[in-house]
Amino acid sequence: MTGAPQDWTRAPNVNLRQVGKPLVRTDVPGKAQGRTRFAGDHVMPNMLHAKVLRAPKASARLTRLDAAKARALEGVVCVLTAADLADRRAATDIPGQTGRKRLATDQQILVRERVRYHGEPLALIAAETLALAERAADLIEYDLEPLPGVFDPVEALKPGAPIVQGTDNVVATYKVRKGDLEAGFAEAERVVENTFRTQFVEHAFLEPEVGLAWVDENEVINIRVSTQVIEHFRAIADALGVAHNQVRILGSMVGGGFGGKEDVTVEIYLALLAQATGRPVRLAYTREDSFFGHGKRHPFVITHRTGVTQDGRITAVQITMTADAGAYVFLSPYVLLYAVVAGPGPYRIDNVHIDARAVATNNMYTSAFRGFGAAQACVAHEQQMDEIAKELGLDRLELRRRNFLRTGDEIATGYAIESAVWSDDCMTKAWAALGERAPEDGPVKIGRGVATYQQSYGRITWLHDTSEAWVGVEIDATVVVRSGVTDIGAGQVSALAQIAAELLGVSLGEVTVYNSDSATTPLAGTTTATRALYMTGNAVHLAAEALRGRLIGRAAEEFGVAPSEVDLAESRAFVIDAPDKSMALKDLVGICASEGIHRSELAMFRAPFTGEIDPETGQGRVHPDYAFGAHAVEVAVDTETGEVTVLKSVGAHDVGQAINPAAVAGQIEGGAAQGQGYALSEAMIYRDGELMTPSFSEYLIPTAMDMPRVQSIILESRSGLGPFGAKGIGEPALTPVAPAIANAVADAIGRRVFELPITPERIVMALREAEPRKGPR
Amino acid sequence: MAETKTIALTINGRDRKVAAPANATLLETLRELGYFEVKSGCEKGDCGACAVLVDGEAIDSCLALTWTVAGRAVTTVAGLSLGGAKHPLIEAFEKSGAVQCGYCTPGLIVAAQSMLKDTPEPDDDDIRLGLSGNLCRCTGYTKVFDAVRDAAAVLRGAESQA
Ligand code: FES
Ligand code: FES
Repeated sequence: MTGAPQDWTRAPNVNLRQVGKPLVRTDVPGKAQGRTRFAGDHVMPNMLHAKVLRAPKASARLTRLDAAKARALEGVVCVLTAADLADRRAATDIPGQTGRKRLATDQQILVRERVRYHGEPLALIAAETLALAERAADLIEYDLEPLPGVFDPVEALKPGAPIVQGTDNVVATYKVRKGDLEAGFAEAERVVENTFRTQFVEHAFLEPEVGLAWVDENEVINIRVSTQVIEHFRAIADALGVAHNQVRILGSMVGGGFGGKEDVTVEIYLALLAQATGRPVRLAYTREDSFFGHGKRHPFVITHRTGVTQDGRITAVQITMTADAGAYVFLSPYVLLYAVVAGPGPYRIDNVHIDARAVATNNMYTSAFRGFGAAQACVAHEQQMDEIAKELGLDRLELRRRNFLRTGDEIATGYAIESAVWSDDCMTKAWAALGERAPEDGPVKIGRGVATYQQSYGRITWLHDTSEAWVGVEIDATVVVRSGVTDIGAGQVSALAQIAAELLGVSLGEVTVYNSDSATTPLAGTTTATRALYMTGNAVHLAAEALRGRLIGRAAEEFGVAPSEVDLAESRAFVIDAPDKSMALKDLVGICASEGIHRSELAMFRAPFTGEIDPETGQGRVHPDYAFGAHAVEVAVDTETGEVTVLKSVGAHDVGQAINPAAVAGQIEGGAAQGQGYALSEAMIYRDGELMTPSFSEYLIPTAMDMPRVQSIILESRSGLGPFGAKGIGEPALTPVAPAIANAVADAIGRRVFELPITPERIVMALREAEPRKGPR
Repeated sequence: MAETKTIALTINGRDRKVAAPANATLLETLRELGYFEVKSGCEKGDCGACAVLVDGEAIDSCLALTWTVAGRAVTTVAGLSLGGAKHPLIEAFEKSGAVQCGYCTPGLIVAAQSMLKDTPEPDDDDIRLGLSGNLCRCTGYTKVFDAVRDAAAVLRGAESQA
C-alpha cells in the first residue's frame, strides 16, 4: 500500500498545440454579443403560455380541487389536475443510460390527495397569454386540510412521527466498517468530538427553469429546455406513457446549473400540456417558481469523533451523518453515499466507522448540488482538523501533512487511489499565496483558514457510465463534433472542440460542435458529477484519434513514410522530420473522400464498471477516481458587528491537465464565490416547512461588493482518467471553500460557529458566550 | 385589460413605434420585439440580468414601464457595437474569460458601460459598486473586474485620440 510513486512528472514528448492554451471559448463571443439563444429565447406561432399552481402548505390533505371557473375563463385552453392524469407518476431516480432504477422512488406529478412540501404542484394551466394563465391560477378553488408534518430529520426518526416516505422516513442508509475502531481509539492519546451543521442551499442559477414544447408531424413530443440532462427524455416518456423514441429533448446553452437542473424540472408539465392542447406551450419559471421548483442542497448534521496521537497521527474516526432528504427521494441516496466516501477527508485513516442516513421530512426535497454530499462532508472534516490541531497545539497545516493520503493508500471505502494525490502541494501553495497578513484594527480581527478535500469525478462505477461522440471532417477540412453533452456554462462544448482541434491539427475556429439534442447527437450522458470533460472528452478523444489514424495512414502512403512519421497541424499533414514533405489537410481529405475512406467516427467511452459496495462494510470501488486540492482564505471579522469580509481567496487544485486554463481558473473563481455564499450568507429558511426566503432580496448570494479577486493556482499531474490526463474541476472548485472560511473566522475570533451560514448574529452570539459574565450571579 | 397606446422610442439606434399596454415593463416589451439579449432573472430589480441603457444610463428594464421611456434612446448589449467595431467592453469580456453561462453577461456589460461613463478610470472598488446590482453566479466576478479595467483603458485611449 505504500511506496507507490509520489512524483508524477509530465508525460514525455507531449507537444500540445491547442490543449492547455487559454483560448477564448467557442461559446463566449455569442454570449458576450447577446446573440446566444437560451431555451427561453425561442417562440413559436400559436404558442400558449403555461403556469404551475403550487400548494401554499407543507403538509396537508387536498379535499377539494375545482378548476371549473379557470377553465371557463376565455383564453384559457387547458387546465390539468391530478384527476386528468390517471395514475401517471414521475421517476425521481438518477438519470441514466443504464436502464437501472431503484424502486419506490416515483413521485406524483400533481397532488392527488396529499401535499408533502410547500410548493408541490396542484395544477397546470395553459392559456393564450401569460396574464390569462396567471389569472386562471387564481380562479382554481381548493381546500387543504392541514396534516401534522415533520420538519426535522431527527424528529422524523422518532416513533410516532408523521410518515412522509416509506415506512419509517428513512430513504437511505450507508455504513463503513474499516479496520478496528476500538483498537484505533485505544492507540489514540486524545479523542476530539464535534458536531457540525449545514443548511438548505439554493443553486440560484441566473436563468430560471424554462422550456418550450410542441408535438410534431410524427407525433414526437419535442421539448427545448434548459437542462443538464437530455437523457431525461426516457423518464419523461415513461411518465407520459409513450415510447422513448417519441420524446425529443433539445438543449440550449444553459444559464447555469450547479446540479439544480439535473433532475426533471418543467419538462413533464410542458409535455402534458402540449399533448393535451396540440399546440406549442412555453413555461418559464419566475424567480419565485425557481425557488420552489427544484431540489435544494441537503442540510447535514455530521459528528466526528476522532482518535489522534499526541504527535498528530489520526488513529481512528467515527462519523455519523444525518441528511434531510425533504419530501421526496430524488438523489438523496447518492448524495449520502458521496458524503460517506468523502467523510474522513483526504487522509489516510485505517480505522473508520461511518453511519449515515437520509431522512424524509416535509421540507423541500433535496437533491444534487455542486459538491454533492462531499461538500457537506468537507465542511465537517476540515473544521474537525482545525479543532484537533488546536487541541494538540499543532500547526493546522502540519497536522494535515502528517495524515494526507498518498497514491496507493486506501480511502474509507477501501479503494486504493491510483492517481496523484497532490494535497500537500496544493495546500502549501494556496497558503503561501495569501502573502502578508493584513493588520488588525481595533475590533476588526484577521484570521486565516485552509481546507483540503477528496472529490470524486465521474459517476458511481456500478452505474456503468458511458459517453458517445461523433467526430467528422468535411471536405474543406473543417471539423464537426456531435455530442449530446449539455453546456451549463463551464465551457463543456469548447473543451470538446479544443480536443478535436488538437488531434486533427486544425485551429479552434475550424471546429463546429453540435450538442445537446437527443434526436441528432450521440448520447453523451449527463453534465453532472464533474463527468462531462472526463467522459465526453474521452469519447471525443477516441473518435478523433481514430479519424486521425486514418488520415495519417493515407498521408503516410502519399509521402512514402511510416504513419508514425506523420503529424497533423495548422490544417496540414506533414512528415515530422521533413516538414517540407507536406500537404494541405483539405487535399488529404479530398483524397480520402474520393477513395471512400471513412471521414467520421462514432466512439463510446466506458468508465470503469464495478459491482456495488459491500452493504455491511461499505468496502469497494465507488468512483472512477478522485481530485485533490485546497482553498485558503484570509478574512477580517468585525467583532462588534459580526461582519465578515473575505480579503483573500486562493484555490489551488491538481486538475490533471487543464484543457483550457482560463476556463479552469473561471471554475475556481466561481466556486470561490459560491462557496463563500454557502459559508457566510446563504440559507433557505423553512419554517414548519414553509419557505421564508423565495427571492434574491431574502436569499443572499455574493455580489461584486462581497468578492475579493480570487487567485487560482493550477497544478497538472497528468495523472487523471480524463483526456490528456485531466481530472476535473467543476465540483472541486467549490468543495473546500466554505470550511476554509469557517476556519478563518474561527482563527480570527478564537471561537467556532459550528453551524453554516456563519452569519453576523451567530458570530456575535459565539463571542458573547465566550465573554466572562460580569457582576455577581 | 390594461389600456394600450403606441409610443415612439429609439432602440439600438433605430426609431420604433411600439404598442404597449399601460402595465407592460420595458423588459417585456423588448423581449416581445425580439431583443432576446435582454434577460429575465427575477423581474423584481434584484439581479440586473435585464439591464439596458436608457439615454446612456443603466436601468433594470423589469422595473421600468414601457410608457415611461417614450421618446428616449434604449440600448441593449447588441446595440453597443453599432457602427461596425466591436465595443471594447464586449471585446474585453470575451478576451478575459469573464463569460461563463453568459446569462448575466448582457446586463453586466451594459452596467459596466454606464459606470465607465462617469468613472472612466475605475479601481476595483469602483467596479464593485458599479456592478453591485448585477448578480453573477458563475464567475466570482474576478475576470469581470479584469474585463472592465481592460475595456476602460481601451476606451480612455480612444478618447484621448479623438
Ligand atoms: S430581471 Fe430585472 S433585475 Fe432581475
Ligand atoms: S456567467 Fe453565469 S451568471 Fe454570470
